[in-house]
Amino acid sequence: MTPFEAWISFYTIVRKDVVRIVRIWPQTFLPAVVTSVLYFLIFGTVLGSRIGEFQGVAFLSFVVPGLVMMAVVTNAFSNVAFVMFSSKFFARNIDEILVSPTPPFVIVAGFVAGGVTRGVLVGLLVFLTSIPFAGLSIHSLPVVLLFLVLTSLALSLGGLINGIHAQSIDGINIIPTFVLTPLVYLGGVFYSIEILPGFWQGVTHANPIFFVVDGFRYGFLGISDTPILVSTGVLLAGCALLSLIAWYEIRSGLRLKQ
Amino acid sequence: MASPETIAKADRFSGGAAWQETRGSGEPALVVRELRKVYDGGTEALKGVSFDMPAGDFLALLGPNGAGKTTVIGILTGLVHKTSGTVAVFGEDIDRNHQAARRHIGVVPQELNFNIFERVIDIVVNQAGYYGIPRSTALPRAERLLEQLSLHDKRNERSRNLSGGMKRRLMIARALIHQPRLLILDEPTAGVDVELRRGMWDFLRQLTAGGTTILMTTHYLEEAEQLARHVAIINRGTIIADGTVKGILSRLHSEVVTVELVEEKAEAAAAVVHAFRPKLVEPGVLDIEIDSKATVGTAVAALEAAGIGVKMVRSKSGRLEEVFMRLTSGGAA
Ligand SMILES: Nc1ncnc2c1ncn2[C@@H]1O[C@H](COP(=O)(O)OP(=O)(O)OP(=O)(O)O)[C@@H](O)[C@H]1O
Ligand SMILES: [Mg+2]
Repeated sequence: MTPFEAWISFYTIVRKDVVRIVRIWPQTFLPAVVTSVLYFLIFGTVLGSRIGEFQGVAFLSFVVPGLVMMAVVTNAFSNVAFVMFSSKFFARNIDEILVSPTPPFVIVAGFVAGGVTRGVLVGLLVFLTSIPFAGLSIHSLPVVLLFLVLTSLALSLGGLINGIHAQSIDGINIIPTFVLTPLVYLGGVFYSIEILPGFWQGVTHANPIFFVVDGFRYGFLGISDTPILVSTGVLLAGCALLSLIAWYEIRSGLRLKQ
Repeated sequence: MASPETIAKADRFSGGAAWQETRGSGEPALVVRELRKVYDGGTEALKGVSFDMPAGDFLALLGPNGAGKTTVIGILTGLVHKTSGTVAVFGEDIDRNHQAARRHIGVVPQELNFNIFERVIDIVVNQAGYYGIPRSTALPRAERLLEQLSLHDKRNERSRNLSGGMKRRLMIARALIHQPRLLILDEPTAGVDVELRRGMWDFLRQLTAGGTTILMTTHYLEEAEQLARHVAIINRGTIIADGTVKGILSRLHSEVVTVELVEEKAEAAAAVVHAFRPKLVEPGVLDIEIDSKATVGTAVAALEAAGIGVKMVRSKSGRLEEVFMRLTSGGAA
């Protein structure tokens, strides 16, 4: 394919997904907003004053970046996992793309771009929702945007790989429930890891979501548990590794071709 | 329902295949060599399948359930990994030049495989997108194809609202949107009523007339005889006969015909035509065998000369049907 044709194919895949995401907005955008409002009410209004400050920041302001990331992580992941799984499992319309000359990296990019779009939009919505509760403070907009996009990218790639491997609908629910959610909760969304005993601080550094939340929080508040360059590096490395795996699996037709 | 389940008449199709310039040049459209496929479970679906199609050909791939037809098509279209063998589509090897090879192929699969929540027009236009064709080009083309396939009034419906026959035609429109030179149809008329089937035949005839090369699998022998120039019969992963419809028929070294006499003189008649290995059926009816060297005329002339009037000569059985039964006997999986 010429670069122009590859672009058309990419655009076709993304457009289709974005139209779907927007059309079913009560399923794609609303849940994250509703959940966040509940969190903001509880941590801000109900509990906030009793918990006090973390690293010199009001608890709610400390928690907002983590809650935004939580929404980004689950939405980007489940979007791509669902689209890939349903198109190979229910209608088998993945074949429409597989019989075409679209190269594997364009297929990966197309599926992932839909997830990134959803992740970024949901992240923005949750952030906007937080403003009435926590006010607006951004330490470094470039860092915020970088982490928003890279996190959506990494989790979309993860969702794509999950969708490729899943053999039943449970297969795309197990990872978010039993892997992603624990990693998010234990990744410092609700606390700074400096309050943990040394051993558990070390363990937390094995959790990739910790770096995502920590770097994102740095973008908002200018405080972090680990240097921003380290978390950026971890995130970039994660994206690179997951891209390679996703590309290889699409190219080999794993679970998609007999 | 107002819309008739018939497919485009010839006049509506005129100009529709203008993109087909190369035809009948003897250029090979498809060269399949020694295809083998062992599925993960260990099923040996193809055991060395080879066949050729010249450009402009219409080949019917016939075979009982489980013979390996869909597996062959899966390999041609890149959905099934072959275990070994080679395929070239208009000279492009499906391994080395798979992008070029895929551009030449349009496929109508055996099972429905579009998203039932998408609109008809979107399914067709998006398919063009996967081939790198921009929407502005694809949209008028899709409208024209849907019109030719009598789906134009349904173009904005969600595809789940189509009838079974309409869904098949939608898949034909989708397969043609990038103007492939080789159209592959996997049992396009399975479960389709007689009227619609004839409509589809007309449409396919128009396509071949326009130069499109067609490979079609079917269980219906009548369909193969009606449409195809060539027939390949596959059974248990092996091509057991391959050639022109006429050529395949000549593989029947002899054909049995039933001769009905004016009077009940079958025994006398049998004596006259004993060279034709007669069998008495009724007092006035006998079966004779016509081998490749003999003609029915000789037999009839001999009978008439002996004063035995011949009222009627009938073919004993469906011709291709008989070859098929002979070749695949005991072969159904
Ligand atoms: N995905 C698969 N995994 C394992 N075996 C398969 C698979 N698909 C087909 N087979 C086996 O391969 C053989 C050929 O199947 P195929 O679908 O190619 O037959 P077919 O000629 O298209 O049959 P039909 O006329 O019923 O469509 C069968 O024995 C079938 O069970
Ligand atoms: Mg089949």
